[in-house]
Amino acid sequence: MTVHNLYIFDRNGTCLYYNEWNRKKQAGISKEEEFKLMYGMLFSIRSFVSKMSPLDMKDGFLSFQTSRYRLHYYETPTGLKFVLNTDLSVGSARDTLQHIYSNLYVELLVKNPVCVLGQSLESELFSSRLDAFIRGLPYYSPRAA
Amino acid sequence: MAIFSVYVVNKAGGLIYQYDNYVPRAEAEKTFSYPLDLVLKIHDEKVVVSFGQRDGIRGIKFIVLADPRQSGIDALLRKIYEIYSDFALKNPFYSLEMPIRCELFDQNLKSALEIAEKAGNFGAGS
Repeated sequence: MTVHNLYIFDRNGTCLYYNEWNRKKQAGISKEEEFKLMYGMLFSIRSFVSKMSPLDMKDGFLSFQTSRYRLHYYETPTGLKFVLNTDLSVGSARDTLQHIYSNLYVELLVKNPVCVLGQSLESELFSSRLDAFIRGLPYYSPRAA
Repeated sequence: MAIFSVYVVNKAGGLIYQYDNYVPRAEAEKTFSYPLDLVLKIHDEKVVVSFGQRDGIRGIKFIVLADPRQSGIDALLRKIYEIYSDFALKNPFYSLEMPIRCELFDQNLKSALEIAEKAGNFGAGS
């Protein structure tokens, strides 16, 4: 039971925040390329999902899984994108991501007059609160399952 | 009704088989909340090239669109792969990567879908 890493993207594709907790294997490309790859993939999957949907969509793309991890996705109406990679035991992290958005991002960054939105987030308070929150999650453990 | 479509995509990305099953559902007018969004699963089959230029080339992809409440999709994907290897690959008139036009494949696929729907349908609505 573990959380691997978290990305936050703004609506232009800039990666505002990235942190990892339990990543065993690096991507083999630079961080910048990895962010671009992640954003591009999300964009394509969201568009694919909405085109292929046989019914009206309510929430859109929620998550995907592979044989080793599950990627959870949450997008706010303003285009802010939260991506969380966990192992397979986590069914849905939507509430977690929603909490990160409304209780951490909005409270600590949007309401912070010093933080410029649209640039890489550099608030220590945000980092430490987020870290504490993730480590406090019921499904987080320091060692991957 | 809970399994909407099945697609088979070849190595080059071309669609070689398609089966849609959601037309009846689209006619109904719904005012209460829809099921949550579709579940998309992709199953990769590795095709090993026999003359040894490259091993383990990723080949055929099977895609199933289904209601999120439908369970047993993994088993269904494996079953579809079985049916594919039984009725398409073993068919002497079928060439790889080409569109699948084998009656037995269609028939067995439809019956596998029915079985899966009935077996996994504990939560999915009408």
